[in-house]
Amino acid sequence: MPAYPLAMKDTRFAKLVLFVNGLVPLTLLLWDVYRRQVGANPLEFVTRTTGMLTLVFLLISLAVTPARRITGLNWLIKFRRMLGLFAFFYGSLHLMTYIAFDRFFHLKTIPGDVAKRPFIAIGMAAFFLMLPLAITSTDKMVKRLGGKRWARLHRIVYLSGVFGVLHYYMLVKSDVRLPLTFAFIFFVLLGFRLFAKYYGPHARVSGSVVPPR
Amino acid sequence: MLIKRPSDIKSSEITGQTTYLNRRFFMRGAILAGSVTATGLLYRKLNPPPAVVQEQPKIAGLVKPPTDEAIRDGFKVNEPLTSFEDITNYNNFYEFSTEKGSVAEEARGFVTKPWAVKVGGLVGKPKVFDIDDLLKLAAQEERIYRHRCVEGWSMVIPWVGFPLAALLKQVEPLSSARYVAFQTLLDPKRMPNQNTGVLDWPYVEGLRLDEAMNPLAILATGMYGQTMPPQDGAPIRLVVPWKYGFKSIKSIVEIMLVADQPPTTWNIQAPNEYGFYSNVNPNVDHPRWSQRMEHRIGEFGSRPTLLFNGYAEQVGHLYEGMDLRVNY
Repeated sequence: MPAYPLAMKDTRFAKLVLFVNGLVPLTLLLWDVYRRQVGANPLEFVTRTTGMLTLVFLLISLAVTPARRITGLNWLIKFRRMLGLFAFFYGSLHLMTYIAFDRFFHLKTIPGDVAKRPFIAIGMAAFFLMLPLAITSTDKMVKRLGGKRWARLHRIVYLSGVFGVLHYYMLVKSDVRLPLTFAFIFFVLLGFRLFAKYYGPHARVSGSVVPPR
Repeated sequence: MLIKRPSDIKSSEITGQTTYLNRRFFMRGAILAGSVTATGLLYRKLNPPPAVVQEQPKIAGLVKPPTDEAIRDGFKVNEPLTSFEDITNYNNFYEFSTEKGSVAEEARGFVTKPWAVKVGGLVGKPKVFDIDDLLKLAAQEERIYRHRCVEGWSMVIPWVGFPLAALLKQVEPLSSARYVAFQTLLDPKRMPNQNTGVLDWPYVEGLRLDEAMNPLAILATGMYGQTMPPQDGAPIRLVVPWKYGFKSIKSIVEIMLVADQPPTTWNIQAPNEYGFYSNVNPNVDHPRWSQRMEHRIGEFGSRPTLLFNGYAEQVGHLYEGMDLRVNY
C-alpha cells in the first residue's frame, strides 16, 4: 500500500496537515506585509486576500458532503469542521481589517458607511451568520444541542454563503467574472444537495451528518 | 493445548522498529513539507505579489515653470509625490487587465511606435499627427497634479505634457464644435483584454469644448521626467485633474470635435453611476459609496476629498449655475 493514504488515515496527523496548510496563506500574507510586498494599496490587498480566503474555505467546506457522496470517502467529513472554522477565522480577519484599518476603529462611522455601501451590510450578515456556527462547533455543543438540532442550525451556512458570494459580486465595478465563478461553484454545491435530496439513490444522507469526535 | 504456529513471515523480513518509526517520521515530514509547499505555490499563483519597476527613457527638454506661478495656476500641488513604483503598479486600464496589480505585467512590451493621432470633426484643418510631431507641438511641461479615482483612492503625479488647447488651436475648431470626443486604440492583439466584454470597446471619453480649452487639461506624454509607461496610457493620454480618473482617457488614437455630447464608456456601462461630467465632488456620492474621503496611495488612513479635486479656483467657473447633483 502506498504510504500516502496510510499516513493520512491517521486522523490526528491528517488534521495537523490540514491545520498547517490552512495557515500557509496567512503566513505568506504576513510575510508580504512585513516585506512591504503588498503593492500600492496594502489595505485593499489585505482586505481582498482575506475576503477571498474566507470564500475559498467556505466553498471547500461545502464541497465535503458532495465529495463524500460521489467518492464514497466518508472519512472526509472529519475535516469539514476545521475547514468551516478556517472560513470563520479568515472572515474574522477580513472584518477586523475593515474595522481597524478602513475605519480606524471609528465605530461611529460604520453605520453611515454601511448605509452608503450596502455590500458591507451583506458581508457583515454573512460573517455574523457564521458566528453561531463557530460557537457551536465544539463537541460539547454538538452533544448539548443533539445531532438533529445541531445539523438544522448548521444549515445557516447556506445563507451565509449566499450573502458571501453576493457581497463579492456587489463590490466589483464591472469585471464580475471572478465573483460569478464563486457564485457558480457555490450554487453547484448547493444544487448537488437539492438534487441528491430529491432524486438521489438514497434520499437521506447515509452516515452521520454530525462531525465525529 | 495451544500450539503456536510459526508465522509465515520470516523474522529477517520484518522491518525493525526503529527503521519503521524513522520511515514513518520521514514520510510524515515529507507529506507535511510537500503539502505546505504546494499550498504556498498555489497561493502565490492565485495572489501574486506586485510586479517590478520598469524605467522608461528620459524626456529631453523638460520645462519646469517657476514654482510660485505654477502653484497659483494649479499646475503644481505642494504635496508629496506618489512613488514611481506605486504609479506604475496600481493601474486601472481595463484594456490590459481588470486587476490593478496585473496591468503593468500585461502591458509590458506594448508597442507604441508607430503611433498616429487623428484630429478631425468640426475643424478647419483636420490632421493626422504622428506621435513625434505631438512631442514637438508645444513645450513639454511638468504638471504636478492630484489624481482622484472614482474608487476612492488618490495619487499625486508629476506628469509631463502640453496643454490640450495647443493641439486644438492648431486644427482650428469651427464655431459649431461644442464638444471633444476621444478614443483609445482598438487592437485586441496588442490590448488582450479587449477580447473580453468587460467594457464596450473602444474606450471613449468626452469633454465640453470649454473644459478641453482650460489650461489644466493636458495631453500627457510622460511622468517623472520619463516617457509614459504602457500601463499609464502610453504614448499619449488625457489628464483632466478635476475629474475622476476614468475621464483621463489613455492611449489616444482619435480626437474629434463634435456638436453634441459624445458617448462615454463608463456612462454607457452604468449611466446612474457615472455621469458625463464626473467632476470630483465630495458632496455627491457615488450610488454605491461615499465620495467624501479618499485614500492617498502611500499614506496611512484617509483624507477629505476636495471639490473639483482642489481645482475649484481654476475650473469652478465652468459649472456656474449648474446643478452638480443632476450633472454628476
